[in-house]
Amino acid sequence: MDASLIIFYCIAAFILGAAFLAVTSAKIFRSAIWLLFSLIGIAALYYWMDVQFIAAVQTIVYVGGIVVLIIFSIFLTHNANDNMPKPPVMRQVFAGLASLFGIALVLHLVYHHSFTKPTGAALNGDVANIGTLLISTEKGGYALPFELASILLLAAMIGCIVIAMRKGSANVNSVE
Amino acid sequence: MSQTPLIQILFLSVGLFFIGMYGLLTRRNVITILMSIELILNSVNINFVAFNKYLYPHQLEGLFFTIFIITIAAAEAAVAIAIIINLYRSHHSVDVEDANELKW
Repeated sequence: MDASLIIFYCIAAFILGAAFLAVTSAKIFRSAIWLLFSLIGIAALYYWMDVQFIAAVQTIVYVGGIVVLIIFSIFLTHNANDNMPKPPVMRQVFAGLASLFGIALVLHLVYHHSFTKPTGAALNGDVANIGTLLISTEKGGYALPFELASILLLAAMIGCIVIAMRKGSANVNSVE
Repeated sequence: MSQTPLIQILFLSVGLFFIGMYGLLTRRNVITILMSIELILNSVNINFVAFNKYLYPHQLEGLFFTIFIITIAAAEAAVAIAIIINLYRSHHSVDVEDANELKW
């Protein structure tokens, strides 16, 4: 067993442990912090797989954006010290059994599937290449999904404002 | 498959997916359900990158799928949190059992 595989096992144990604590912790704020650690572990896994751009995007968008949003919403809606009510034992047992069954089934399928060996030379996956393809309009370029993603983000931004706006407060000056 | 660690990475992502599934099934708080969905999306991203890296290194589709999934996850989380804040304003609770107006 070489060193890189040992590093992989450390990262994997970190990701799975933090994820498990994130879904079982009784305090919601701790749960969010464990989710943060799990996402950082996944960014480390991307670095380990040598896809630096995805690792950077993961760190910026997930760790710096989504988790911060989740923590904001926790502070807006919860008293962070309160314990959440424990789920009933029957629900825990059945959810655990369903998950274990799913894990066993998929691991069996993955383990007995013979993957084909890669063919062709490895493509250069560095940032310059990704950036060129992302706005390329030629065959194999991703300009159309890129523009669609920008429209989606604009629509999400407007939608968030409309949903979270208090009724009758469109005119800020008219609040009594 | 002994050369590349693809199978270990797949085991990791299966574990992460079903941990997220367990959280989705046991929790009744909208914010923790959202966290479980984020874990599931991340396990799918790991799969895309691993397949791209170890099975199809001559193309970059997996990386682009991952980039667009992360983009859409960010939009989805923002909309979900606007909905959660609105729900808290009208029900004073973010428990899914309390939001039952559409239940017949």
